[in-house]
Amino acid sequence: MTATTAAPRRRISRRKVNREVYNLFAVVILLVIALPAFWIVFTAFRPGNEVNTTPPVWIPHTLTLDAFASLFGLNPDYASGIPVFSYLRNSAAVAIVATLFALTIGTLAGYAFSRFQFRGHTAIFLGIMLSRAVPGVALGLPLFLLMRQYHLIDTVHGLALIYVAINIPFTVWLMDGFFRQIPKELDEAAYIDGCGYWSAFWRVDLPLSLPGMAAAGIFAFLAAWNEYQIASLVTSTPKSKTFPVGLYDFTTQFTVDWRGMTAMSVLMIIPAIIFVILVQRRLTEGLTFGALKG
Amino acid sequence: MASTDLAPPASSIDADPRTRTSTFHRTQRWFPYAMIAPTIIVIVLVIVYPMLYSVYVSFTPFNLLRPTTTLVFKFSTMFRNYQKLLQDDVFWRSVLHTVVFLTVTVNLSYFIALGLSQLMAKVTRGQGIMRTLLMIPMMFAPVLVGFQFAWFFNATVGLVNNAGLSLGLLTEPRAWLVDQPTGMIGIMIASIWMNVPMLTIILLAGTLSLPQEVFEAAEVDGAPAWQRFRHITMPLLRPFTLIALTVLSLDVARAYDIVRIMTGGGPAHRTEMIWTNAGRLATRDSAYGLASAMSMIGVILGIAFTLYLFRQLVKSRVVY
Repeated sequence: MTATTAAPRRRISRRKVNREVYNLFAVVILLVIALPAFWIVFTAFRPGNEVNTTPPVWIPHTLTLDAFASLFGLNPDYASGIPVFSYLRNSAAVAIVATLFALTIGTLAGYAFSRFQFRGHTAIFLGIMLSRAVPGVALGLPLFLLMRQYHLIDTVHGLALIYVAINIPFTVWLMDGFFRQIPKELDEAAYIDGCGYWSAFWRVDLPLSLPGMAAAGIFAFLAAWNEYQIASLVTSTPKSKTFPVGLYDFTTQFTVDWRGMTAMSVLMIIPAIIFVILVQRRLTEGLTFGALKG
Repeated sequence: MASTDLAPPASSIDADPRTRTSTFHRTQRWFPYAMIAPTIIVIVLVIVYPMLYSVYVSFTPFNLLRPTTTLVFKFSTMFRNYQKLLQDDVFWRSVLHTVVFLTVTVNLSYFIALGLSQLMAKVTRGQGIMRTLLMIPMMFAPVLVGFQFAWFFNATVGLVNNAGLSLGLLTEPRAWLVDQPTGMIGIMIASIWMNVPMLTIILLAGTLSLPQEVFEAAEVDGAPAWQRFRHITMPLLRPFTLIALTVLSLDVARAYDIVRIMTGGGPAHRTEMIWTNAGRLATRDSAYGLASAMSMIGVILGIAFTLYLFRQLVKSRVVY
């Protein structure tokens, strides 16, 4: 090997090393961002005596399912006494109902906004978006008073109805974005082939938008699953309390059962983990599409 | 007959109404309205009506626990709640905290996300892993983020104190969330941690979609990296920036969950914001009239902010 060929080769490898260092740097930064989340998840699997020690036990010595066992009442010595199955049932029920209805209703509207110019198009769209800007507390206060009147307070169906409404705006926005990605020419071809507006929507655009609907649906599910502000105002008993409100059961006036809380947190993020992995790409597309074609 | 009825409607929507396709068009004109009708009905019932009701309540002295106060509206006393608020020191402090909190978290979240997205766009390997890592904070509900950081910053068993003491950075444990300004900073850190991933993902998608030719041309012309970023990336990212900020502005009220859990607005209103204040007036004092008045002011501020961003978004769409 001569010196003349070795020099450029070394330079190439140095650039390669630089690039790898850069990649490593990026991964480290992202790991630091994710670290608090890992800490929570690890704590759920730690034995009780490793939680809240000084100095902290950085790396768990053993992993255990104790916290989950006591959460589900399987541990006779240390039962949490928290109605976790009720919370699970309520959370799942409101999230599923909210997703199905918000998706159906929001998809119809999203299609109308993406395909048709009609009187009041922008104003109505803007109005729907603004309804999402109403913060939970502002909405929760009158809803509490009204639901008391209509005997909907502290019921699962009452909460589900609210979640349908607060999920619709974002669904409309996402579906509008997804439908815009489907070429209009497909609809025009369908009209020529004898389709009306509805059958063009039903037979052409809807099947094509199914991946987008999945993403929008997942978003609606998680929004309902995670909602706290309104639920904390209109639910009060295990009859309708959901996970986010139930987390408070771990706090008493002076102490907090952090380990039990992390165990419930892990339960809460399971659907999110599944869904986020499923749709991470789709979601970005729906959100950013409008940026390029208005 | 059938063939004329089914003529393509989209291209000839303004056709002469006397032609035979008119029936088709007339039936189709209400089609978009029929499609959006369910949305409108639900939103009016569950959001618009309660909000109007809340406006009404805000003009009454209604208190749930005092039967003497009624939901009866009187012209003479209609602004009493608002007057009370304007003279209330805690209210002004909560407005100030809200404005400071929003300004700092929205800006810092944006700049961190911008930096991260530029960092990730240039990565050559492991994009998938990084995306997944980035998604992790998004999986946590705002309530969970609140509890998580409340625990980290806890005065006795908190991880921050623990780590600081054992690494020798602290000499004695601090009550991070009780003291100021560390309490506010703690809440901001939690909120930024929650906001950054979504923003980064939108900005990263934007960065990756930019036309590469422009950058190559600029590089050939000898524009340094900073200028390429400043004069090409930033303007081209503008629509993505606004989408990101709109999503963020729609979600900033979620910060309520975090504040409520980390400090509850206290101690002594040191981290009080409009929403924690309104929530406490309603749930602890049952003063629904006063709480409604406060939340109305919050809503107006929020809507003004969103409208402003939306206008910017519409403008930027016209340009590109």
